[in-house]
Amino acid sequence: MITFAIRRLILSIPTLLFISLVIFLLLQLAPGDPMAQVPLTVPPEVKEKMRIALGLGEPLYVQYWKWMVQFFWVEPMVFIDWLTRDSTLLGWLPDTSFYDGRLRMLSWQTRGPVMDLVVQSMPQTIWVVGMAYVVGVLIALPIGIYSAYRHYSVFDQTGTFITMIGFSIPPFFTGPLLIVIFAVQLGWLPSNYNTVHEVTNWDTFVYQLKQMVLPVMVLALQTTAQISRYMRSAMLDNLGQDYVRTARAKGLREGVVVMVHVLRNSMIPVVTVIALGIPAIFGGAIITENVFGVNGIGYQLLIALFANDIPTVMTLTFIFAILIVLFNLIADVLYGVLDPRIRYD
Amino acid sequence: MTDQPLVSGPDPEIDEQAYGALQDKGPIAPPRSQWYDVWNQFKHHKGAMFGGFFLIFITLFVLIGPYIWTLDAQKLDIRAKDMRPIWTLIWDSEAKAAWAHPFGTDQLGRDLLANLIKGGRASMAVGWAAMILALVIGTFVGVVAGYFRRADFWLMRFTDLVLSLPILPLLLVAVTLFRQPLRANFGPETGMFILIVGVVGITSWMQTARIVRGDILALKEREFILAARSIGTKNSKIIRRHLLPNVISPITVSATLGLATAIITESALSFLGVGFPSDFPTWGKLLADAVQRMEQFPERVLLPGIAISLTVLSVNYLGDGLRDALDPRIRGR
Repeated sequence: MITFAIRRLILSIPTLLFISLVIFLLLQLAPGDPMAQVPLTVPPEVKEKMRIALGLGEPLYVQYWKWMVQFFWVEPMVFIDWLTRDSTLLGWLPDTSFYDGRLRMLSWQTRGPVMDLVVQSMPQTIWVVGMAYVVGVLIALPIGIYSAYRHYSVFDQTGTFITMIGFSIPPFFTGPLLIVIFAVQLGWLPSNYNTVHEVTNWDTFVYQLKQMVLPVMVLALQTTAQISRYMRSAMLDNLGQDYVRTARAKGLREGVVVMVHVLRNSMIPVVTVIALGIPAIFGGAIITENVFGVNGIGYQLLIALFANDIPTVMTLTFIFAILIVLFNLIADVLYGVLDPRIRYD
Repeated sequence: MTDQPLVSGPDPEIDEQAYGALQDKGPIAPPRSQWYDVWNQFKHHKGAMFGGFFLIFITLFVLIGPYIWTLDAQKLDIRAKDMRPIWTLIWDSEAKAAWAHPFGTDQLGRDLLANLIKGGRASMAVGWAAMILALVIGTFVGVVAGYFRRADFWLMRFTDLVLSLPILPLLLVAVTLFRQPLRANFGPETGMFILIVGVVGITSWMQTARIVRGDILALKEREFILAARSIGTKNSKIIRRHLLPNVISPITVSATLGLATAIITESALSFLGVGFPSDFPTWGKLLADAVQRMEQFPERVLLPGIAISLTVLSVNYLGDGLRDALDPRIRGR
């Protein structure tokens, strides 16, 4: 198992390199000009110097190599320094001070390091998206279990119908719809996410909860629809197995049969699906973040795209890619750990 | 000893018994074809029937619609701006609504019904084209990987790599960055159409490829392929005549999923403002433009949103029903 995990980990390195190359080439082939915003009064030779200052004069492979050095060498050093100096978790360690003042990845919009932007916006995304995922999974599991147990009942039929609807309605429609209903008509919840809101006392905490409800609901609807379908079919597969009849025949209570025997076996594929769905929901959150104005990484990506800010776009897209590869790996390993029938060697 | 001689002429009584037993007395049902069975199973799936009918309806709506509702979607009529749909008259007789614009008009006086028809055309066209492109790529990769052992490893590694690309961010990047040159070369609308169909198609063929490869791997070990090969059939002919017809059903099912994804992706891109040019309506764009003033005019968000959702819902149900109908293990239950 460990060897498999290590082999997968090593295999994911070329995958990530390939993805970074694809993203890099895509951005390089694109005709967008970062100098387009510069006033026309600037003479062409000055413009050329600015271009070189941005590192655009170099050949492609040099640019790619420099980007890799920045992403995999310089930025981790800064991060480790930050961990040992300022963070509460590892702040007791002696300051490593690896960072030697080399050029970091700079955003062309803010002229600041891209990673600062990521560090600022990541918590927003993780709060909203993570909360939505947890809520979605918590709702989905009981629905899936119960509709499989009462197969073809009214609950099952309505449940399947509602999940099908949740599956089909895109978030850019549910978002505005919920805003109109809950924020405008009923006035219960704020329509916009206030990203600078700080939780200091009970009231601000309640406000924070309130403003998270709508985006979490939109994202959770999608998660619920997908996970409960998987849960239902996994339960249905297992409920027909012989061991269920055996468990009933030896006089176990129905609750024990379903909640212990069947559920544990059905959770194997579902846990994998849950792990696989995490990166997808980060990507899907781009739309939700834009509808509600959550200042997360999806929102930043869109702003950077419109501003032709290539370093930021590249870094953010690559972070999405890392998330996908990482969670694919986790799902694979989890599957092997949970299901003893799976052997990888 | 029997009374009768062993060898005798045909005894009419025994003959009748013997032949009678051999004859089938039961009612002879006409032979059923495979597609009859499929249809029989399919028509019992209510959701799938609804989905099929709605898909046909919406296709006819966007195809024939412009000939029935001949108003130009782009015609500005500033005097008739901000009209409400006709049904608001039921509870508010003061509302600005008329049969000339049954679904109302937008802030520039463009007719919403005509826009919905034209936007539906664009959305459906993008959806179908992207789905077909994805199917062609996916089937090709799947067949080649499944049939030729040497290509299998590298093609499947490549599929896995593409599967781990962050699709939506890459779509956004590609569409934003390649908008200008394609517009310059093919005109704003055709260029954008090619771009969106291309990027959606190129990023959504992987599931089809995997399913087709798995089926081909199992099929090519079967006897009929061996028989075909033993009489000297060429590889290309085996693939065309024997393998492809047998993987039609998984391809059909993934086609429906592909259509749903393509429609949603196109609308999402339009919604984020990187889709078609601003004067070219699609459902996603109509929805996005209306979000600003949806408190006063909720119908402008609701109608395109419902159109997208119902289309995707019906396509999903259709896929569900097709999967059940085309799977012989479930058929008859």
